[in-house]
Amino acid sequence: MKLATRLLHAGRDRDPYTGASSVPIYQCSTFAQKDVEQRQAYDYSRSDNPTREALELAIADLEGGAVGLAFASGMASTSTVLLLFKPGDHLIAGEDIYGGTYRVLTTIFKQWQMEVTFVDTTDLDKVRAAIRPATRAIFVESPSNPLLKVTDLAAVAQLAHEHQLLAITDNTFMTPAAQRPLELGFDIVVHSATKFIGGHSDLIAGLAVAREEALGRKLKSLQNNFGAILGPQDSWLTLRGLKTLGVRLAAQQQTAERVAHWLQARPEVKQVFYPTLPSHPGREVHLRQSSGGGAVVSFELAGGGPAAKALLKRVELSLPAVSLGGVESILSYPPMMSHAAMPRSERLARGINDGLLRLSTGLEDGDDLTADLTRALAPAG
Amino acid sequence: MSKKIETLLAQAGCGCDPRTGALVTPIYQTATFEHPELGRSTGFDYSRTSNPTRLALEETLAAAEGGARGLAFASGLAAIDCALRLFQPGDRLVVTEDLYGGTFRLFEKVFRPVGIEAVYVDTSRLELVAAALAQERVRAVLLETPSNPLLKIADIRAIAALAKVRGQLTVVDNTFLTFLLQRPLELGADLVVYSASKYLGGHNDVVAGVLIARTPELGERLAFFQNAVGGVLGPQDAWLLLRGLKTLPLRLRQQEANAQRIAEFLAQHPRVTQVWYPGLTAHPGRDVLARESIGCGAMIAFAIESAARVPDILKSVRVFRFAESLGGVESLITYPIAQTHADIPVEIRDRLGIHDRLLRLSVGIENAGDLLADLEAVL
Repeated sequence: MKLATRLLHAGRDRDPYTGASSVPIYQCSTFAQKDVEQRQAYDYSRSDNPTREALELAIADLEGGAVGLAFASGMASTSTVLLLFKPGDHLIAGEDIYGGTYRVLTTIFKQWQMEVTFVDTTDLDKVRAAIRPATRAIFVESPSNPLLKVTDLAAVAQLAHEHQLLAITDNTFMTPAAQRPLELGFDIVVHSATKFIGGHSDLIAGLAVAREEALGRKLKSLQNNFGAILGPQDSWLTLRGLKTLGVRLAAQQQTAERVAHWLQARPEVKQVFYPTLPSHPGREVHLRQSSGGGAVVSFELAGGGPAAKALLKRVELSLPAVSLGGVESILSYPPMMSHAAMPRSERLARGINDGLLRLSTGLEDGDDLTADLTRALAPAG
Repeated sequence: MSKKIETLLAQAGCGCDPRTGALVTPIYQTATFEHPELGRSTGFDYSRTSNPTRLALEETLAAAEGGARGLAFASGLAAIDCALRLFQPGDRLVVTEDLYGGTFRLFEKVFRPVGIEAVYVDTSRLELVAAALAQERVRAVLLETPSNPLLKIADIRAIAALAKVRGQLTVVDNTFLTFLLQRPLELGADLVVYSASKYLGGHNDVVAGVLIARTPELGERLAFFQNAVGGVLGPQDAWLLLRGLKTLPLRLRQQEANAQRIAEFLAQHPRVTQVWYPGLTAHPGRDVLARESIGCGAMIAFAIESAARVPDILKSVRVFRFAESLGGVESLITYPIAQTHADIPVEIRDRLGIHDRLLRLSVGIENAGDLLADLEAVL
């Protein structure tokens, strides 16, 4: 079946007992056991819960993996995946990786004597040069956050496998509706399902999918032992969000593309970052590995920090907030929001300048959004 | 600034919580509200009367439909029941004859015994409606358009004009098209009713009803009954409905595009004897619909050659689900005589053309090719 159909019916889309059109919310911690000798499918909700399982089956199907797992947040899914490694192991990570991932790698996992080298993964030679005997994995985001740099996923996966490394990617920006890294050779995909997959800015959730059964079983064991699982209510709401992912992302992407072109023509804007703009250096690679540019546009204002802060104050439609991927457009200021955990010098070295804003386009009418931005960009008084 | 409907819906309920700035309306799962002092209220006293989550939904619906007041109920029938409280024993209403079976049951089993009577008319025929409105003691007309299941089209503008002259109320059940495609209040209707379980909620996971009144006065009278009778929508379901509204334009557009393809496919199929879909050129009422709406919706009725094939079709569908209801993202197939219209006596059903070879489709947002392949396989 095609993706639009699978978004609705992947995994377990109805209740086998009553035929209910929506998976029931199994808000229970434990399950009565008929016979101590015989292990039942469910015994305790941390291990397995039917509502969470319906979501896990759906995301595994959509990403094309063997095992899907749902976590309490995107960071819970990333952190659980990082538990695959041990003291002394070395990781290579994209240099403009999500601020929260940067924080766990440089604080918690550093305390555990795991080493990380941050690399511009758009340059394969730099990735190759960073590989050491202790290297165990490559962790990339494509497009990256917030500069939407594009990494050649198939090439990174191939390089990883030549050196027996795990290839891990955070697919939050694209979702399986637009990009399926496991099909390009990646071993693990993680998601902040809070973003496009949930899609309504109303839940916090994370997902992980392993391409192969054996690795999936290892992750499943970590999920159960570490316990950062997604609750039944939020699992159900994430599944509900998944049903409209295809139509939402298509509409949001269309608006993003329009806004990106529109921003490029504005004199107040110094640079626009969007993967399918003709000026984007990664355009060709991106179009080869995904079906569209996504719905996040970053842009740098010529007026720097003061201009960015003024714009945030003046916009009425795009909500000034952290997060992205919801039906409501969200305008965020990476230097003080998603990348606040990164020291200023590190941030500037990565090209995340003081005038940089990130717009996640929602389902508002595109004309309304550009009209609002026109008004907000106009010099005061 | 004046916002387009997509913008209004995408941000439905945003900014409701100034204290925390939460992007999404909180679920106020509370029965009562503390008063600051004797004789003062926060605006909320008791959740039957008004609840902040329900209010966010009601205000969104009123703005979207272009009415003065929106009211949310525990089901579509609870909403219609509230509207019927406007009438007295002895009053009569002209009602679309091939209406939803549940509304028929409400009229016949609940309101007829107390002396409020429905006069059933083919409301796609204006001359029949005019004659019925001229009868004594008729106080209102209730239109379902397109009707269920045969998708007959009533001329809302002409009927509302006739009713207005006589001081009668025009009520339109807008469940099938929604305010996105058909705007009865702008065509002269006084009151719009919905089963919000359908397209407004859109995920086959909420049971809810809605009334939207054009004037504040009518809204106030209905709000009195909503509070007095008490069939209100709970905060959890109100919140879920608000969430559903955000994607209504995307869902309905996709559903309509899929429905058009399926209707054209069925119209060509040798095992199908007739297809009812307003987007087909042969559909009666297409001209009226073109004048009064901007779309055809996503409901299709069709008749097959032989009733003996029905059980097999319903058992064999793989993408369509055999279930009652409509309007959700998942495509459903329904057998009206056994499900939605089982409460309508067989002689009336026969006269209306709701026979044992008739099936109804509610088209969802699956891939159209998958839906067509499913129908091809079972037919």
